[in-house]
Amino acid sequence: MREHHESRRPRRRSTGLLLATALVLAGCSGDQSALSPAGPYAQDPHDLIVIVTVIALVVFVFVQGLIIYSVVKFRTRKDDDGSLPVQVHGNTKLEIVWTMIPAVILAVIAVPTVQMIFSTMEEPEDEHLVVEVIGHRWWFEYYYPDFDVYTANEMVIPTDTPVRLEMIAGDPGHSQDSAVIHSFWIPALAGKQDLLPNHTTFLNMQADEPGTYLGQCAEYCGLSHVNMRARVHAMEAADFDQWVEEQSTPAEVPDGGPEAEGRELFHDLGDRQSCAACHQVWEGDGARSPSQGPDLTHLMSRDEFAGAIVDLDEETLRQWLADPNSIKPMQYEVNGIGMPDLDLTDDELDALVAYLLTLQ
Amino acid sequence: MGVDHRKLGIWTFLGSEFLFFGAFVAAYLLYLTTTAGGPGVEIFDIPFTSISSFVLLMSSLTMVLAHHAHTQGDLRRMRMWILATAGQGMVFLGGQVFEFNVFVREGLTLTTSPFASSFYVLTGFHGAHVFIGIVLLLSLYTFSLTGKVKPGQHLKTEMIGLYWHFVDIVWVVIFTVVYLIPEIAVLG
Amino acid sequence: MSNTAEKTRYSGRPSSDKGLVSWLTTTDHKRIGVMYFITVLVFFTLGGIESGLIRWQLAQAEQTPLTEEIYNQVFTMHGITMVFLVVMPLSAAFFNYLIPLMIGARDVAFPRLNAFSYWVYLFGGIFLYSSFLLGGAPNASWVGYPPISTEAVSNMGFYAVGLNILGVSSLAAAVNFIVTILNMRAPGMTFMRMPVFIWMSLVTNFLVLFAMPIIAVALFMLLADISFGAQFFDPATGGDPMLYQHLFWLFGHPEVYIMILPAMGIVSEILPVGSRKPLFGYAAVVFAGAAIGFIGFGVWAHHMFTTALGPVARSAFGLTTMFIAVPTGIKIFNWVFTMWGGKLRFHTPMLFSIGFVSMFVIGGLSGVMHAIVPHNAQQHDTYFVVAHFHYVLFGGALFGLIAGVYFWFPKVTGRLMNEGLGKVHFWTWLLGFNLVFGPMHMSGLLGQPRRTAVLPAELGGTVELYNLISSIGVLVITGSALVFLYNLVTSVRKGQIAGQDPWDARTLEWLTESPTPHVNFYAIPTVTQRDEFWHRKYAEDDAGRAVAVPAGASEDHVPEDGSGSGDRDTDGSAGDAGHGDGADGEHIHMPDPSYWPLVQTLGFFPAGYGMVYANPWLFGLGLLWLVVGVFGWINEPVAEGDDDEPEDAPTPATAAVR
Repeated sequence: MREHHESRRPRRRSTGLLLATALVLAGCSGDQSALSPAGPYAQDPHDLIVIVTVIALVVFVFVQGLIIYSVVKFRTRKDDDGSLPVQVHGNTKLEIVWTMIPAVILAVIAVPTVQMIFSTMEEPEDEHLVVEVIGHRWWFEYYYPDFDVYTANEMVIPTDTPVRLEMIAGDPGHSQDSAVIHSFWIPALAGKQDLLPNHTTFLNMQADEPGTYLGQCAEYCGLSHVNMRARVHAMEAADFDQWVEEQSTPAEVPDGGPEAEGRELFHDLGDRQSCAACHQVWEGDGARSPSQGPDLTHLMSRDEFAGAIVDLDEETLRQWLADPNSIKPMQYEVNGIGMPDLDLTDDELDALVAYLLTLQ
Repeated sequence: MGVDHRKLGIWTFLGSEFLFFGAFVAAYLLYLTTTAGGPGVEIFDIPFTSISSFVLLMSSLTMVLAHHAHTQGDLRRMRMWILATAGQGMVFLGGQVFEFNVFVREGLTLTTSPFASSFYVLTGFHGAHVFIGIVLLLSLYTFSLTGKVKPGQHLKTEMIGLYWHFVDIVWVVIFTVVYLIPEIAVLG
Repeated sequence: MSNTAEKTRYSGRPSSDKGLVSWLTTTDHKRIGVMYFITVLVFFTLGGIESGLIRWQLAQAEQTPLTEEIYNQVFTMHGITMVFLVVMPLSAAFFNYLIPLMIGARDVAFPRLNAFSYWVYLFGGIFLYSSFLLGGAPNASWVGYPPISTEAVSNMGFYAVGLNILGVSSLAAAVNFIVTILNMRAPGMTFMRMPVFIWMSLVTNFLVLFAMPIIAVALFMLLADISFGAQFFDPATGGDPMLYQHLFWLFGHPEVYIMILPAMGIVSEILPVGSRKPLFGYAAVVFAGAAIGFIGFGVWAHHMFTTALGPVARSAFGLTTMFIAVPTGIKIFNWVFTMWGGKLRFHTPMLFSIGFVSMFVIGGLSGVMHAIVPHNAQQHDTYFVVAHFHYVLFGGALFGLIAGVYFWFPKVTGRLMNEGLGKVHFWTWLLGFNLVFGPMHMSGLLGQPRRTAVLPAELGGTVELYNLISSIGVLVITGSALVFLYNLVTSVRKGQIAGQDPWDARTLEWLTESPTPHVNFYAIPTVTQRDEFWHRKYAEDDAGRAVAVPAGASEDHVPEDGSGSGDRDTDGSAGDAGHGDGADGEHIHMPDPSYWPLVQTLGFFPAGYGMVYANPWLFGLGLLWLVVGVFGWINEPVAEGDDDEPEDAPTPATAAVR
């Protein structure tokens, strides 16, 4: 068991090392912040809002200043003679002024706003990568149509290349009965965009520097909404190509030991639902396809799982298989959503975990 | 000042009702072709619905006559026209029940498609309004017999009349937008 | 009043004017207003407890004192409670108590319908909260977006039915208040002489009138999907969840103004009193309010900038959203310049009013930031939005409404609330409020989404710190609220006697004694100008300087013994239209109490549960109950001047009696 774990280490290290370098390079990685944009599609709105915020602050200081000045200056003084102040009913000129000035300020702001609405939404003119994003409860699935690659939670993109996300909620390959609205949001790379059933929505993003950018689902999607995180790993073009190549290779079929036993169980759990009913491990035959649960062909190339809320390691994986709700509350029993508790025996757990660890 | 409270109240309420039906009609138009493989607008039987629409339209006329009779203090004729109005309302409702039955037999149920849902809920709410109108008319009839409604109180008839005309006008819109135009568009 | 003795003649109507039954059967707008207020306090406590639970959960990263399931119910119910069971009905409490008094009427146009509105509100609230005992409260957020809200596990049946019940209450009240304002103003009170609060009430109730049917449609569709398998929002058959969002926000944005405009009206009354100067630019404030109401129907999609809207729609709604800031700005400047050049007295109502203006400016500016559509995609559904709308609805609406509570408390009880405690309440409230919601601007921009049951540690220490500050702020607000409650309860009995005109006020409600007599006015006043009451006390000399009217001070304006000669001939005042019926109250007929609003309204329970559980028998029972209630209502014996009389042109004195 442990030996097998060790044996897969070297191969994984390439990606791991890559990611570690990326983390350092990004400097403030881990930042899920709209205030530290890391690409043009986040930077432009950020710059605009900075200008607007400055204007808003000026207005704020001016109005609050007026209020404070009035309060101090016009308070009833101790030596007040009790007479009434001058009964002013209004001043048309003044009122026209404070109608026009805000209107002019807003008109000035409106011009770049409208321009930017169009510029951030239209399809990038440069050569760009297309990634399909599918929102499930409660995890994001990514499909790279150019490479026929499926992955989950952690999106990998090349730096300095616009990425066009084509997004939809639910699972086009299956019934859309259970599709609900999600929102994909990586603040450092772009604003959020909802994923809807039946409508394809689009989002442009781009990372200037390698790094890991954090995000999460931003449209309330039920019980485990908070446990639906997203990550984008941006890497140099060469590293990205290598990642694609790794992801495009079929999973190896173990030829014996608990791993092979685990593979058997993966496809057949007797009268219980099999793992393969919802998860695909592509071994080279047939087409890759979207699935109910995350694609596991290269599971261990990912850092996290279960909606990217926990690190992917042997121990946590075992806990997940034994009692998924202890890691992430789901509604399999009442609503058919999420990972079922399959009542696996210890032996079955050992075998399945051993098998999953081979999926690098 | 000005209009009687109750009359103004009815007008205000009907203003709200217009938006209620407006929103349902908008939803129906959105789902006009969203039939999920089930029956669509071709299922409508325009001649049949035209007749029941005509009956409902005529009931507005008898309603006006009832109100006129009441302003003359002629409760006997008022009652007659009220019954005629309620009767026509019932004929319309009967037609709607018949029509729904036919549609259900032809495979259009509430759960068939968004088109079906929006059709049934829109026309169903209209039918409920007609039903409430009939209850109001029959109550007016009864109260005019028991003396609760007096010859001088034609405002009561007028208010029920306002409601009834409103329900009628909404049907004119529904018949045109829901039945007629889509059917013509499909056939044309 | 002497007419209570006569009431026994109308057997079948309750006659007691004391004790529990008299409250259960009351049709008096003043009592109904008080009942609204007390009920709001209860629901505010519940909503406050929910907010405390939310802040407890988020005080530290990665902790779940509440499970996700419970947390989702709690934040959903917090939103529903505060919007539909606190802010809206608190405004209704003010409408009820003040509209007839401020327009110089004796009651609302339809007193029994008014009682009906109250009971429907109360039972709608109880109905919603009963869900906690019946398998769990709604948990798909207060906006209730399908498809998630159509699943059984979301418990949103209670939401769809409960909000529709509350909608019936709001709609009935809206019709009532609109007719009251349009039809029952005292002689001489033209539209441009109406107090700004009355204007804002009128606009608000028109918004209710036109917004409520739209959410009713959305909720009926939702209910049809949940309970009867309809396909409105089911993506599997082509249903479009976007339709619900459009309908919801076509209601939802006017709803924001439904909540804020009454507070704006209140502040527009209190600032002039506190500044001892008339409102600066009355016409501008009124038209700006009306414009806000009107434009409010054209900005709804700015709640949906991150859905499937194209760039053209995003631009259009971005522009209308910016545009609505213009009339809002007009109001703010007019309020500030009302204070300018005045002699400000900082009693508690004035403090809360100034607090309102100041906090609302913050909410307004962050609102303009939302209109920057490209960046809205960063702010949307984060704590930045939570901060924004709390600055509008808590810093705005609630501050204004609380100012109103302090201001009109002596009108209702005849006693002032304690000023010292009031000032403690104000400063702690202001501090606590900013502690809770100020940091949320930052935590939102730093990536914290709303409606999340856990504060993820990966957001970083700064976000954690902001959340901790927010949670500590809740403790401050809680303490502050307890001070307020204590002040309320003790002042009812022990507060300083207020006298008739404790604030040197401007509007008609202060013309009559406090607490308000049952008939409101012994003689209906005749109005000759805006701020009628003020002008009966003061006249302006040629230089615009106000001088007290020599005839006397305001305190003895209306004789306490009700001898009726409440009008006094002053310059510019033609005296009241006495109509010869006010002198001994003999001919003043006030609306009779009635059992039927309460009895009928109970029918909403079986009808409501029948709809939630798709049980036709229960629903039929409820429907029958409601219909029988209508007949009971119609058949109730009616007093003189009621609608059994053949039609006459109603005189102003009898105009209130229906």
